[in-house]
Amino acid sequence: MTAMESITLKKLKERFPDSIIDTHSFRGDDTAIVKKEDILKICKFLRDDNELLYNFMMDLTAVDYYGREPRFEVVYHLYSLKYNMRVRIKVPVPESDCTTDSIIPVWIGADWFEREAYDLYGIIFKGHPNLKRILLYEEFEGHPLRKDYPVRGRQPLIGPKN
Amino acid sequence: MEKGGTGMGINIAMSNEQRAMGAGQEEGIEKVLGNSVLLTKLDEIIGWGRKYSFFLYPFITACCGMEFMSLAGPRYDLDRFGSALPRFSPRQADLLMVVGTISHKQAPILVKVYNQMTEPKWVFSFGVCATSGGFYDNYATVQGIDTLIPVDVYVPGCPPRPEMVIDGLLKLQQKVAKERWSDWPRGEAPVTKNK
Repeated sequence: MTAMESITLKKLKERFPDSIIDTHSFRGDDTAIVKKEDILKICKFLRDDNELLYNFMMDLTAVDYYGREPRFEVVYHLYSLKYNMRVRIKVPVPESDCTTDSIIPVWIGADWFEREAYDLYGIIFKGHPNLKRILLYEEFEGHPLRKDYPVRGRQPLIGPKN
Repeated sequence: MEKGGTGMGINIAMSNEQRAMGAGQEEGIEKVLGNSVLLTKLDEIIGWGRKYSFFLYPFITACCGMEFMSLAGPRYDLDRFGSALPRFSPRQADLLMVVGTISHKQAPILVKVYNQMTEPKWVFSFGVCATSGGFYDNYATVQGIDTLIPVDVYVPGCPPRPEMVIDGLLKLQQKVAKERWSDWPRGEAPVTKNK
């Protein structure tokens, strides 16, 4: 795949050889799995490098691979308006240390996405200026999109627990 | 006069033909009073008035709202049934249209709006989500607004066809026409606090 490898993955591997856990490029969709300690500087590099210019953070979400270690994964989808390129960055997050760095210093638009991932998965984004629930109410206990959240786990503010 | 029609229970001034035909057939007090006085029961005339003057409060939370707009627009024209004017203050409304999914986060607001409405008031459950939670059988959604407030008419459907809603509205009109003074007041919503 080296001959076909995209400029994004190539540059990432050159620049951060110790931070990249794995990469793949299935049918042209570039994905890099990176260590969570280095996510902030990798994001800064992707945004500021003159040949990449990933200036648009399209999506940020999380996945719960229940039963696997590390259990969670935070997924970033980035887009370069200048070069019409996309890349997916995945950051494994273990349950024992369920934190990762907030990328608000790089893309301020990540604010509500990180709040959503915190709300529904309970991942703490270090450095987030206002990390509180965005969709659910403050009284809600737990994080409902975790796979170990009970299917019938209802916490109504008012009315019967139907 | 036709039962359930606009003139039910009311002896309104008749047209000239009717007057000519009906003259001499009237009996008792109607003969004495002629066409100058309305004779009906107070309950009935109030019910008749109410059923053609719903002031609805559209509590719209989801996609059913699109169907509601089509219903309120000129094609299906809710105005034909006397419920033309949406009031955006619950204190000026007497028909609460709950249109769309009610989440647990939204539930206290719905109950507050219901309690703010002056009596008499009715509740119309528009669409399957308001009626039973629909397919949102999950942590976020109220499984039917009747767990929170009393409901008069349920119209399922995702979303319901305008014809279904009009049918529901006509059924509500029939119900309202039959109501008596003793049916009111109903008081606060049964659920005002989490037990």
